[in-house]
Amino acid sequence: MRSDPKDYELVAPGSLQAAVGLLARSPGEWLPIAGGTDVMVQYAAGKLPSRKLVSIWNLAELRSIEVLANEIRLGAGCTYTNIREHGVIGREFPMLSSAARWTGGIANQNRGTLGGNIVNASPAADSLPALLAYDAELILISVRGERRLPYAGFHAGYKKTKLAPDELIRAVCLPRRFSGYVCHARKVGSRNAQAISKVCMAALGRVAGQTVEDVHIAVGSVAPVPLRLSETELMLRGKVINESLVSAAKKMAVAEIRPIDDIRSTAKYRAAVTGNLVAEFLNLLSADGKA
Amino acid sequence: MKKELVELKINGRTHELAIEPSALLLDVLRQDLGLTGSKRGCDESSCGACTVLVDGVAMMSCTLLAASCQEQEITTVEGVSQHGSLAAIQKAYGDWGGAQCGFCTPGFIMTVKSLMAENPDPSEAEVRAALSSNLCRCTGYSQMYAAIKSAIAAERNAMVEAK
Amino acid sequence: MNHERIVGTAVPRKEGREKVTGKAVYVDDMVLPGMLYGATVRSQIPRGRIKKITFETSVAWSEFVIVSAKDIPGKNCIALIGDDQPCLASDSINHPEEPVLLLAHPDRHALRKAVDAVSIEYNPLPAIFTMEESERGSEIVWGTDNVFKTYLIQKGNVDDVWSRADYIIEGEYSTGAQEQLYIENNGMVAAYDAKQGITVWGSLQCPYYVHKALMALCDLPAEKVRVVQMETGGAFGGKEDYPSMIAGHAALLAMKSGKPVKIVYDRAEDMAATTKRHPSRTRHRTALSRDGKILGGEIEFTIDGGAYATLSSVVLSRGAIHAGGPYYWPSVRIRAKAVATNAPPHGAFRGFGGPQSIFAMERHMDRIAQVVGLSPVEIRRRNFLQPGQTTTTEQVVRELIDLGKLLDRAISVSEYQTKKQEFAIENGTGATKKGIGIAAFLHGAGFTGSGERYLSSVVGVEGCADGGVRILVSSTEFGQGTKTVLCQIAAEALGLRYEDVTIAQPDTTEVPNSGPTVASRTVMVVGKLVESAARGIHQTLKLSGMLGDSYSAEEFRAACQAYVAGHGQLRSWAQYDPPPDVFWDDEKYRGEAYAAYSWAVYIAEVSVDLTTYSVSVNDFVALQEVGRVLHPVLAIGQIVGGVAQGIGFALFEKVIWQQGRMQNNQMTNYIMPTSSDLPPIRVFFEELGNVHGAFGAKGIGELPMDGPAPAIVNAIEDALGVRFDSIPLMPEDIYDAITARSLRGEDEVASVIR
Repeated sequence: MRSDPKDYELVAPGSLQAAVGLLARSPGEWLPIAGGTDVMVQYAAGKLPSRKLVSIWNLAELRSIEVLANEIRLGAGCTYTNIREHGVIGREFPMLSSAARWTGGIANQNRGTLGGNIVNASPAADSLPALLAYDAELILISVRGERRLPYAGFHAGYKKTKLAPDELIRAVCLPRRFSGYVCHARKVGSRNAQAISKVCMAALGRVAGQTVEDVHIAVGSVAPVPLRLSETELMLRGKVINESLVSAAKKMAVAEIRPIDDIRSTAKYRAAVTGNLVAEFLNLLSADGKA
Repeated sequence: MKKELVELKINGRTHELAIEPSALLLDVLRQDLGLTGSKRGCDESSCGACTVLVDGVAMMSCTLLAASCQEQEITTVEGVSQHGSLAAIQKAYGDWGGAQCGFCTPGFIMTVKSLMAENPDPSEAEVRAALSSNLCRCTGYSQMYAAIKSAIAAERNAMVEAK
Repeated sequence: MNHERIVGTAVPRKEGREKVTGKAVYVDDMVLPGMLYGATVRSQIPRGRIKKITFETSVAWSEFVIVSAKDIPGKNCIALIGDDQPCLASDSINHPEEPVLLLAHPDRHALRKAVDAVSIEYNPLPAIFTMEESERGSEIVWGTDNVFKTYLIQKGNVDDVWSRADYIIEGEYSTGAQEQLYIENNGMVAAYDAKQGITVWGSLQCPYYVHKALMALCDLPAEKVRVVQMETGGAFGGKEDYPSMIAGHAALLAMKSGKPVKIVYDRAEDMAATTKRHPSRTRHRTALSRDGKILGGEIEFTIDGGAYATLSSVVLSRGAIHAGGPYYWPSVRIRAKAVATNAPPHGAFRGFGGPQSIFAMERHMDRIAQVVGLSPVEIRRRNFLQPGQTTTTEQVVRELIDLGKLLDRAISVSEYQTKKQEFAIENGTGATKKGIGIAAFLHGAGFTGSGERYLSSVVGVEGCADGGVRILVSSTEFGQGTKTVLCQIAAEALGLRYEDVTIAQPDTTEVPNSGPTVASRTVMVVGKLVESAARGIHQTLKLSGMLGDSYSAEEFRAACQAYVAGHGQLRSWAQYDPPPDVFWDDEKYRGEAYAAYSWAVYIAEVSVDLTTYSVSVNDFVALQEVGRVLHPVLAIGQIVGGVAQGIGFALFEKVIWQQGRMQNNQMTNYIMPTSSDLPPIRVFFEELGNVHGAFGAKGIGELPMDGPAPAIVNAIEDALGVRFDSIPLMPEDIYDAITARSLRGEDEVASVIR
């Protein structure tokens, strides 16, 4: 423990309104903390610059999972355990369930929240490619009211988001329109549990015969932000899957990412594995078309 | 920041304590309450030696604010055995080689306790997945699997006998 | 042989109940009245001289106790083998984690800011970080030539064999640093009192190492230094020498402040500053006959010792002696060298040089097999040491070991041949390739050569007033089961119940020096002494006429009570007496290197995913002959735990260095296996017995660390047809090698192998 608790303030507002009220009074001064699986690690390491913490862990308004006719609305305070144990999510958004299972160990999953994962904005976060692939939207809340925006584009740069200093994420909305899609998600980490991803991918698509009708491919850990491979998707749509298309898609995917060398892996390895995962997904898609 | 009074329910007892609002639960347990069974191994929620149950759910107390656990039931390894007799999982860890150096053991006991409460008949794959929250450098884990199996059987037998 | 009642059975671990209830007291659980917390200010550069130290005014320094090298009453060194490592740097800095100042304060949360508020200015000097830079000698960072120690082992005339050889096969192999990663970090509490001297309580393996170091550092006589081992949360060699440093630091702060001081490292500091396994490089040049028999060879074994000599000479010695593996070498020349770099000193880690040189030997055997055109099984079988033959140090193998039989059994239980055939077919298609690999090896138990003679360990057993028996040894429990097994031995020797025997917590005021708890020596060497000291108790009772030759546990208890009541004390001591037929020449490094060896054949089955280049170990067979197994559950625990660490050594655990400093000093970034990463580890024992060990036991602790890495890498080569000679072998390396192969083309790879 490398921080001195005496240097930190913590408040725990009793309601969501009170929490956003506090943020509005001095925007940017208070750091919201939910499960704290990222913030508290920085705190214990003596690396947390914010000295004022506002706990939003106990806010019931953020903990619900609503299943609506056309979308599922997950409160930002849902934990990975809430997500992986939810039946509808398991059936309709299996890649999000898998990502929840891959995040940290079970004790982290009991504490870490989806909203926290988004705001922490690590390019290696496991759940984010799934949210991108599923065309998730975010509902943000502040004293000024709520606003809804697509999750794609929310990350403005490495560890930067479009969240205003007085805002919180209220909910994450997943459109229920991917039944019949082939899904393929993989996490490539340094071990099978408790690993930070070197590359992770969530992809879904639909073919008619061997022709790609729709495809979404999202990757993490290979750029400053989690990415949708939009160029690769564009190139694939309407095409017949064959060996040359797969190899072209691999090349294009590699061209779209910006992997780096760090203490966990190398840029060239990350690029090669990204290409391989895209190819693996397309081969599954093709097999589905033949089935 | 000034200390504040908080109320923590630990192992069935309520403690009223003056602590810093940003004090970590692990520090409060170990320093303020002398409950040193929960161990500090990494400070970054990796090793699991500090695992406790909060309302029955396994959490790592090294990165948990004590103040955020008010109103909840906290269970530590000191609360597992009751009236001086070992819980089935404690006995089994001792008999089957689940504990070597013993430092990770309290954390594993808590993780397994929550696993057994949620899933009375876990498969080996489920056991492995559950245990992957905690690190053990001595055992290579495999004698823990035997211990867990034996603890489950012992609990089941105890239930049958009770009937 | 199996008429024993207690040895060979799985009695409950002596300290088991405390451990599963959380009541066991580790050093960080200990609080003394008025205790301060200590912290260490370390150098930030790899090499240079201290110019100026500034205390920033943001901190209320008057609240702190500050210790520098000037406060050391004795010699500024951590006394061990040589005395080259300072306790606190006063001028020269030789690695980036060198302790410079010590701080203590009543509030442990206040320390970090204070450490950060000390700024040290340096005159930097050029530093070196690799064995190759060290060997080039462009910068001399230690002594006159950067060399801590060399050994030369020569058998026969190897220069003659090259002209007769049908094949000459060369290879170079390397292994990386490995962090012990015990879950309990290092820590010490010290208290000082002018009359009684210094007492330290801590997490440690070797109480008398700490005792010796504190006497020199604090300039105190033996009776004014007391070392107590607390429950120790794993060690694996990592608490062999560095605890002396931390004990010294805590003692200096306690002496200056007059208050007890606790220093417990956090994970980041422990990983960065304390010792790791020595990185190594081994070169083999081997002459073989047409039928695959080794004619002779040269082995060059080099290890990176880091900035100070510490234990490097002994790690080097064990590595050199194990470098020839379990094979018969008609002639051999082994040159071993430990060199200096500007990294924190490397130290002991389970296996102690063995895993490094055995990795090379066992990879090289597979390479030899390919060149000669034999299977990995057959090449080993043809070269195994046989009873009556001599090892590389010309020790005659007197044990009746049949390595061929071990190999057959391992092949059978692993279904090696069936899997070989299946994989050959399956690997044609699909993105997953499977392979299976073998490692055969040996591990010497006890100190090397004259080591046990020099240690001359003493063990005590006492009869207590309540009629029970208590063992007095400085041998420590840190998970392996020292307490349990030594109590089993004493109970067996005296015909008592296991519950009748207890063991003292190691405390240098209470227990004699039974030597350090290292080198797989505790059960074999110390156990044998416990057996003999225990028999001494019976002798005394018998001579006093209180007990006959046969007696019940109750009769023993009564006799013991009566004796203690009458005489005040009942104690029996045993001291190590070297076997008469043991010959060792320290100059020529020739003779009986170890009183006994354990022998093993391990087989690993892997699959390699060509989408991610990651390796899974799917099955692992660990078959060994370790003499008599005294406690089946503990013995299996040692093997499985060692194999798990060996799998980590091979595939997961990579220290990322930058300018001599560990960059990934966090448990999230230094990757040890979780329960989801390990295969079923299937353990089998052969039990030949051993005349030198208690009830036939040999060493077991280190052995399982030696075999997994080569078995796994051999399996990976089997799966991919690509050679890997360096560990840790990460997916990134596999990707690089596969890419390089496809660039070079298949044919060229074949020629590289030939």
